[in-house]
Amino acid sequence: MIEIRNVKKTFRAGNGEFEALKGVSLSIEPGEIFGIIGLSGAGKSTLLRALNRLEEPDSGEVILGGTDVTTLGARDLRRLRRNVGMIFQQFNLLSSRTVFKNVAFPLEVGGWPKKDIAPRVMEMLELVGLSDKAQSFPSQLSGGQKQRVGIARALANKPSVLLSDEATSALDPKTTQSILSLLEDINRSMGITIVLVTHEMGVIRQICHRVAVLEAGRVVECGKVRDVFMKPVSSTARELLSHLPRRGYDVSQLPTERGKPVVLFSFNGDTAGQPVISRAIKKTGAEINILSGEIDNLPSSRVGSLTVQFAGTEREITEALSYIRSQNVVTEVIWNG
Amino acid sequence: MDKMADLISLLATPTWETLYMVFFSTLFATAIGFPLGVVLTVTEKGGILEKESVYRVLDGIVNICRSFPFIILMIVLFPLSRLVVGTTIGTTASIVPLSIAAAPFVARVVESALREVDGGLVEAAASTGAHPVVIIFKVLIPEALPSLVLGETLTVINIIGYSAMAGAIGGGGLGDLAVRYGFHRFQTDVLIAAVIVIIVMVQAIQGAGNALARRVSH
Repeated sequence: MIEIRNVKKTFRAGNGEFEALKGVSLSIEPGEIFGIIGLSGAGKSTLLRALNRLEEPDSGEVILGGTDVTTLGARDLRRLRRNVGMIFQQFNLLSSRTVFKNVAFPLEVGGWPKKDIAPRVMEMLELVGLSDKAQSFPSQLSGGQKQRVGIARALANKPSVLLSDEATSALDPKTTQSILSLLEDINRSMGITIVLVTHEMGVIRQICHRVAVLEAGRVVECGKVRDVFMKPVSSTARELLSHLPRRGYDVSQLPTERGKPVVLFSFNGDTAGQPVISRAIKKTGAEINILSGEIDNLPSSRVGSLTVQFAGTEREITEALSYIRSQNVVTEVIWNG
Repeated sequence: MDKMADLISLLATPTWETLYMVFFSTLFATAIGFPLGVVLTVTEKGGILEKESVYRVLDGIVNICRSFPFIILMIVLFPLSRLVVGTTIGTTASIVPLSIAAAPFVARVVESALREVDGGLVEAAASTGAHPVVIIFKVLIPEALPSLVLGETLTVINIIGYSAMAGAIGGGGLGDLAVRYGFHRFQTDVLIAAVIVIIVMVQAIQGAGNALARRVSH
């Protein structure tokens, strides 16, 4: 359990001041993959780095494993950091060390007995699928492989929390997928809490359970990924969602016939499995013509969206719509002429 | 042929003196300058052991030492030479001012090499709970090793240059030979021979330094 309470941070450079965090509060459940998303400059990396105090918050509390991180002295802070792994956008591997020695680094720091280090390192490399690269240097690896080494290093000391700072932002889409799957596997098999920062909604959609949207140093939205995707409240969330490959409908392609409204339905996990549409047709006599649709598999549930065109009398259409709404389907009328 | 043999025997002792002075001066200059450079790096603003007061004092001392013309420094340091080696003149006595002159240079070379290490690496190490001292020895120095080797090469070559002035306090060496024979006695061949030996020395050291730097960079 991670509790962030009213964390503030202001950067001062010369005469200028920049309020990166204006009082952020969040709580993150043990074992979940929690996403923090925002546009650049929103303060998401600052917030993440406040968790292990790579960034010193000006005020507020960060409760991690029952202790307030912000009050720890240097020695206790170092001990706490051994329990919090971290991966970075630029991987940050030591170029002077082999892959093996990079993964061994936190174990050396953590005072592991020499004889225990080698087996643990090999176990970690096996986990990330790089056993054959143990004696390679980072310069000989691809970006995806480097991040795998980063993950192995972050997990070597058996932390209970993993912080991910834009870990896939420097990778191509295919490599991003494989790294995200690896993180998901690790989360499932080890039960480790993952807090990840990203500016890509695609990352949130693929592996996060819950998400907080940051805007100019404030949390403007926080909840289950499904809910934020279905009903984004903040403008930031809407903007970020709009960067995703277009879903549901393309306005310019819609048929616009008088008396035949076009409506977008969004289904969540509970309703996605129900034959809501066919029941509405049977119940009201309205015609419902499906224009386009798709179903997203989120880690916590399935989200579907469907663009349909109604036909029939006005009464039939109104009844059909209200029935569908009553089945917990979110409806949005896109066109009604 | 005889002339050649004479020249070679004339060069032998000064060459040896130069090597002797350069070797020990490099050793002592590094022993003083390296830790100084490390302390400068970690105490400067944003360093892992940021301490502005310490940085300012050391920074000032280094600048003052580097401002002294070497020829003056040799004289100023007479008391120190007497204290350390018991005399103020001769080859061994020259090692004292040479070391003192080169130490702040080494400090700057080390400082700039360590400063080049990507801050992300230091941060990644810190995130594993590494103590600043561990970060110095396991991150900063190993990561900067190629630059440090090249910096040390630069230092050795610099000391060879300084050592040419050691003749002023009876230090001997190739520079002294070149001045005495080539300048005062108009024996240009000796001057040229001494310069050639110095050129060969510098080339060899630079070559070895480059090769070593390549070897330690991955």
